[in-house]
Amino acid sequence: MSTVKTEDGHFHHAHHFNSLSHQYDSAKQGVWLFMVTEILMFGGLFVAYLIYKSIYAPIFHVGSSYLDVKMGSINTVVLITSSFTMALGIYFNQKNKPKQAVIALALTIVCAGIFMVIKYFEYTHKIHLGLVPGKFFNNPEFQQKVVDFINNMPIENLTPTLSDTAHMKKIAPLYFGFYFVMTGLHGLHVMIGAGLILWVLIKTANGKFGAEYYTPVEGVGLFWHIVDLIWIYLFPLLYLVG
Amino acid sequence: MSQVQSTTQTTTGHDNYLNHEKGLWSWLSTVDHKRIAIMYLISILTFFLVGGIFALLVRGALFNAKPEDKFWSYITPDVYNQFMSYHGIIMVFMVIVPGIPAVFGNFLLPVMLGAKDVAFPRLNLASYYVYLAGAALAVGTLFVGKIDTGWTFYTPYSIKTSTSVVMAVLAAFTMGMASILTGLNFIVTTHKLRAPGQTMNKIPLFVWAIYATSIIQILATPVLGITLLLISAERLLGVGIFDPNLGGDPVLFQHFFWFYSHPAVYIMILPAMGIISELISTFSRKTIFGYTAIAYSSLAIAAVSFLVWGHHMFVSGQSEFAGVLFSIITMLVGVPTAIKLFNWISTMYKGSVRLDAPMLYAIGFLFLFTIGGLTGVWLASTGMDVHFHDTYFVVAHFHYVMVGGVLMAFTGGIFYWFPKMFGKMTSDTLGRISWVFVFTGFNVTFFPQFILGAMGMPRRYFEYHPAYEPLNQISTVGSWLIGFGFLVALVAIIQGLVAGEKAGANPWGSKTLEWQTSSPPPHDNFPITPTVTAGPYEYR
Repeated sequence: MSTVKTEDGHFHHAHHFNSLSHQYDSAKQGVWLFMVTEILMFGGLFVAYLIYKSIYAPIFHVGSSYLDVKMGSINTVVLITSSFTMALGIYFNQKNKPKQAVIALALTIVCAGIFMVIKYFEYTHKIHLGLVPGKFFNNPEFQQKVVDFINNMPIENLTPTLSDTAHMKKIAPLYFGFYFVMTGLHGLHVMIGAGLILWVLIKTANGKFGAEYYTPVEGVGLFWHIVDLIWIYLFPLLYLVG
Repeated sequence: MSQVQSTTQTTTGHDNYLNHEKGLWSWLSTVDHKRIAIMYLISILTFFLVGGIFALLVRGALFNAKPEDKFWSYITPDVYNQFMSYHGIIMVFMVIVPGIPAVFGNFLLPVMLGAKDVAFPRLNLASYYVYLAGAALAVGTLFVGKIDTGWTFYTPYSIKTSTSVVMAVLAAFTMGMASILTGLNFIVTTHKLRAPGQTMNKIPLFVWAIYATSIIQILATPVLGITLLLISAERLLGVGIFDPNLGGDPVLFQHFFWFYSHPAVYIMILPAMGIISELISTFSRKTIFGYTAIAYSSLAIAAVSFLVWGHHMFVSGQSEFAGVLFSIITMLVGVPTAIKLFNWISTMYKGSVRLDAPMLYAIGFLFLFTIGGLTGVWLASTGMDVHFHDTYFVVAHFHYVMVGGVLMAFTGGIFYWFPKMFGKMTSDTLGRISWVFVFTGFNVTFFPQFILGAMGMPRRYFEYHPAYEPLNQISTVGSWLIGFGFLVALVAIIQGLVAGEKAGANPWGSKTLEWQTSSPPPHDNFPITPTVTAGPYEYR
């Protein structure tokens, strides 16, 4: 059914394909189509973000000042590095070097781990300060800062919405709704990605892949790059927008 | 001349996909697209029965205007809301959206392409179980907190109601995932697994329709996914994106929801149009008129479908400019749709039309879908929509499309491909009787609803003004006729399974590839991979 390695060390394509490369092309097309769905799913969040950012700019401005740019930057570097090691994992499989491939894939998982640990510290810090989505939000200082920010804005920049400071104070938690939903969904993808990388790592270690057949490694790699790419958009939108 | 140059026509009747392996487990763990199609067929027919019972209960409750006259005191306004919601959720997410692609797409797409299977057979089985898991969640709400939001989950009500909305939206999310995986599988299959010689302009029009549908599934469903997740986040955390109290906007929910759910209408109707193309050509014994136009109009509908969602929101506080824009683009959908209709009629012109049961259903489609489509153009005009919005006119319109269009095609498809699927014929007499009841009953049920809507009767209400009572009673009687008609169709299917006479490889004399292999097809679909030398509809 799927690709199997025979005793003589060669790979056999599944019965409904003509050749290994036919199967490879098809699988790759499938993964790319799946990536399209991922982008559209996050696309909904990005659209919502842009709408509310344009209406309630001060909330997003003040909100981003509560995020730790240092931690965010480290995480960005960590993820970009992991994309590199992931690409190496594919490369070494193509070159029939399973040992190096396993090391590269293991490094990728380590990067994913570092990312999640840093995220964990960021989350617990926010939760500690009460900077959480609407229902559980409890940080009057943040709300006051939003009001102060609006009061210091040039009068010609004030829309009727922004002038209603009582309302702005009430809806200030919206920023952290976005923060947790967007980074949460992304974090979930990081964890799923790490699981998938572990799967291809184990298969690589067991000699299931080689120059003839490495489709799953490449598919997981594509997924991992998309997860990385989404973070590259999330980071400036959430951390640097202020 | 047949579409295929050389396939051995050995109808030994021994090894086929039904008896290739034996036992329940061989079915539950199968990766054969044909068996997966049969499992989908059984599941979807079961859910159709349940959704149909809810429909009959809703219509039953509407027989009388006043609550004290209702036929069953158990049905309070709250229970009525639940019945209406379950009818909508089951029929949309569990029957009509997956229906034709999952059953006929799965069974036929690889055979029509001369392939041994879909591109990703294990993923195909996985999507079936993902679908079942979603369906189980949806049915599970019946035993937990029920659901009363309607199938649209509109905020703010869906955030405030105490029923199990989170479970229901996760159910829809899960079924959406199954839909994405199926669509992905079909796109790759169509691109990569066509038989030698079968270029894109030699694939059957059903494949074109499924292909266009799959594109919509891939591009639209993820947006529904995130919308439903946000509803859950809204209920669990109060993130505020759709809640005006927290700075959000319920109209944004409507934008998101219809960005999926309007294209979803074409997820439902495009495959039905694909079936109609096959039926009309086969039973007119004539080359399809305008192959290219029908094929590309499917893609055109898919493309335009993403630009029309705002027509659901003419009275939701959308700007006038947006309203006008959405109105014009929506009317554009009428163009590729009319291209299809005129081509089907031109195909029948001077053909040798045979009125077997499948063809009756196809002709029924032509009538009912035309009414459904044209009333859609009425609703697309902003001025008329203000009057018709949220009235029974809208209910009648989309039932003419969903039932008069999709379910007519689905039933016609069952009678047409039944011999291929099971190697046996259904009784044509029973098929025709079922058509008479479904077609008549449908018009008796839903035509009065156009009038009710024009008179101003709002949809979704439990209690209504007594002036609307007579037409509602006609409508309810019609629903019994539909129910009886589908029951006869079910009897025809069971009778065919048990005692149907043996079908040959090609009982209808069709030219497409699936009829060139034995009935039921062997495990690998064809003894030898066929080479395609001619188009799919070369009758003369």
